[in-house]
Amino acid sequence: MTDVRIDETRTSERAPRIGESAPRPDGIPKVDGSFTFSSDLWHDRMLWGGTLRSPHPSARIRSIDIGPAVAVTGVHAVLTAADVPGNPAYGLEHADQPVLAADVVRYEGEPVAIVAADHPEAVRLALEAIVVDYESTVPLVDPGAAESSDPIHPDGNLIRRIHLRHGDQDVVGEVVVEGTYEVGMQDQAFLGPESGLAVPAEDGGVDLFIATQWLHVDRDQVAACLGLAPELVRLTLAGVGGAFGAREDLSLHAHLCLLALHTRRPVKMVYSREESFHGHVHRHPARMWYRHHADRAGNLLRVEARLLLDGGAYASSSGAVIANATCFAAGPYRIPSADIEGVVVRTNNPPCGAMRGFGAVQTCIGHEAQMDRLAAALDMDPVELRMRNVLASGDRLLTGQVITGTAPVAEVLRTCADHPSAAALSEDPMSLPGGAGRTADPEHVHRGEAIALGFKNLLFSEGFDDFSSALCRLEDGIATITCACAEVGQGFVTLAQQITREVLGVDDVVLTPASTATVGSAGSTSASRQTWMSGGAVQAACEEVRTTLLTRVAAEHGVDPDELVMADGRVMSLAGALDIDLASVTTEPVEADVEFHHAPTSPLDEYGQGDAHVSFAFSAHRAIVDVDRDLGLVKVVELTTSQDVGRVLNPLQAVGQLEGGAAQGVGLAVMEEVQVLDGRIRNASFTDYLVPTALDMPPVEIAALIEEPEPGAPFGAKGIGEPPSISSTAAVVAAIRAATDLELAHVPVRPTDIALAGA
Amino acid sequence: MSADPYVLRVNGNDHQVPDAHLGESLLWVLRERLGLPGSKNACEEGECGSCSVQIDGELVCSCLVLAAAAVGREVTTIEGLAPDGELADVQRAFVEAGAVQCGFCTPGLLMAVDTLLDELSDDGSVPDDLTVREAISGNLCRCTGYGRILEAVSIAADIRRGESRGDLA
Repeated sequence: MTDVRIDETRTSERAPRIGESAPRPDGIPKVDGSFTFSSDLWHDRMLWGGTLRSPHPSARIRSIDIGPAVAVTGVHAVLTAADVPGNPAYGLEHADQPVLAADVVRYEGEPVAIVAADHPEAVRLALEAIVVDYESTVPLVDPGAAESSDPIHPDGNLIRRIHLRHGDQDVVGEVVVEGTYEVGMQDQAFLGPESGLAVPAEDGGVDLFIATQWLHVDRDQVAACLGLAPELVRLTLAGVGGAFGAREDLSLHAHLCLLALHTRRPVKMVYSREESFHGHVHRHPARMWYRHHADRAGNLLRVEARLLLDGGAYASSSGAVIANATCFAAGPYRIPSADIEGVVVRTNNPPCGAMRGFGAVQTCIGHEAQMDRLAAALDMDPVELRMRNVLASGDRLLTGQVITGTAPVAEVLRTCADHPSAAALSEDPMSLPGGAGRTADPEHVHRGEAIALGFKNLLFSEGFDDFSSALCRLEDGIATITCACAEVGQGFVTLAQQITREVLGVDDVVLTPASTATVGSAGSTSASRQTWMSGGAVQAACEEVRTTLLTRVAAEHGVDPDELVMADGRVMSLAGALDIDLASVTTEPVEADVEFHHAPTSPLDEYGQGDAHVSFAFSAHRAIVDVDRDLGLVKVVELTTSQDVGRVLNPLQAVGQLEGGAAQGVGLAVMEEVQVLDGRIRNASFTDYLVPTALDMPPVEIAALIEEPEPGAPFGAKGIGEPPSISSTAAVVAAIRAATDLELAHVPVRPTDIALAGA
Repeated sequence: MSADPYVLRVNGNDHQVPDAHLGESLLWVLRERLGLPGSKNACEEGECGSCSVQIDGELVCSCLVLAAAAVGREVTTIEGLAPDGELADVQRAFVEAGAVQCGFCTPGLLMAVDTLLDELSDDGSVPDDLTVREAISGNLCRCTGYGRILEAVSIAADIRRGESRGDLA
């Protein structure tokens, strides 16, 4: 093969519409092994690329000698910072991260040099042969000391501070509870490693086939680093093996293009799992202090909080993460007064950025622990306390913004809490904490149950002009949709076909490959936004095509266009007089090219006030856990969830999002933490960084999908990807607290936190 | 550092492997030399199961097997699970049950489930929930939380026992 081919996604034979469990159009290639992931790309002239990374979390680079590496047999290029022709740095919000480190390295694993060679073994030998003379310096690893320490970057150590103040600042409650909580660094742990293939083009540009969440923003950053016009850098989405936020930032994109342009050969690069742990941002570790004020009846009066997130060495999306953490710090409750300070700082720890839930996961752990603490102080049922304070449409958030869309929080909570539990006590050793390999004594196993409620914003906030673009072409009765939305596994390709069929009444829907070369930006596959934004763009493009076509057909037949409908591959009049095969009226194609924007938002002011968000989604989880207190082992027995979804577009995919998101929440609750010691990751492997297996995951019972159509969203559907990861962790941790009577301030809960408590 | 040429039998076909480097894993040779990239490379250290293949019917992580060690044995990969071009029962069940999201774990999981169902079909037994969870616990999935995968296994087990499932008409 000489040309890289990314296949079109064809419709399946059956053609379900909106609200039905349409099968994935990429399902068959994914089960027969023929689907091309970014690590499967191949070109018969291709070289292999590799990256030399800093072994130090903080060091000055005195010199780099590439000579010995160039001499390795099979090596075609060894490049350093001096070979970056354009911007030396990139970044999602600030261009503060070097493409290749020049004189300073700020985290362990920072790229220093890149190599292209004809075999990965030659790449490895060349990387080992590069001589870098480092002068190691003392790393800044305590986020609490960041602001008072010497800056480790010209932009300073404070990435962003938001001091939100809302309502009467002198309010003091009759009942006051206070707590401090800590959340560890979570890894997205997608399975498909960072990988891609760059092919130099004859026009001096480059074609990059890559797994990403946002093609166009990558394109702009890569082009700036290469010193090329954006149109000379063409990105096409290759198969994405999961993302969860870890593909929002550039990783090997610019490196691949530099090597391809330098060698004039296609270059492929694939990170190892260890390299992947160093090669993408993680979920921010958090330290959180909270004080909740309530009256004796349990009405929340005021919340104070101090949130400190460790952003690591570079800014990435930290500024937006801390905004979410701050805005949603107190949870989906009606609270008239608040003082929330959110701070994210720079350290020499691994860079942190986006991960599913984006700031709301950490604070949900804090605010829900506080609600349980308050319930205990009031001697009130935790569900009753929450029910008394839940937000509803028309209520004000801590930012002063009034919720104008749907907010069925009470229904979410009530349906989850009332759902019967199927969890029986089991004495099968495989079902006990620790499973078959451990020796949990059933006599010493305690069961705990708890509920948690969470929420976050959908779509981008703070005045960002967020949009998606889509092209629709209807020809010979076949609809072709072109949209640069990154399909990362969530099932947008299924929804795009369902939406198209729904609007145009066709079965045959072709989705062309997502690429910067064929269509405008679709925005990011993040913030639970693509169903709404790219779904909205596809819907709008199809509607425009429908209007154009029906106007034409109506004129030809002398009828009112409002009398015409498109269904089952035909154009028909409501009265029944007209019934035409769609293919026969679309021999001349009908096309539309639309840009879909959501309602504008405002920045936050100096008090953290403003109509900064578009829409919100809410979820509840109830967890039942068994805990062996002697061994400190936890078995999550059952999760039950309800979620505010607006409208279900595809029930099967919705279930998949709820179950999958909950699994990542379970992982954060009981096992997932990137261990960073003195700035160094100690568990960069699936041997040492544990993610839930089928034996760790409980059944996820879906109590209710609350369908209250959201104004402005396509078919009323809210994004559903993130909420499952938000309240699940908090629920599991609360259930462990219920089983153990321990405070358990650190998440994930470690065996020693239980077994050695009080020791 | 090239090894002597050798022959691998994969999915019923003999493949010549000339010029391979010593120490190349079976996964690497399948993916990069034989044009069979269906077996995946999520960790390449035997922890995730995405590279799972069958050697003489036994489930292995192909990243942990030297390619040359598979000479003279029958290797079955995801590309060979349904050699007649149709989908195998487990493949159909995964699509229908919604067990596929990003799909990176899918080939390895399918090999693991196929192996499990083969073993069970010998004695005609019905796998209980824990048996299935144990059998796929070496295959990490980050998207699904395993719920739809367990459902797919249940559907595939019924098909293999010859019990028709109305939902897979």
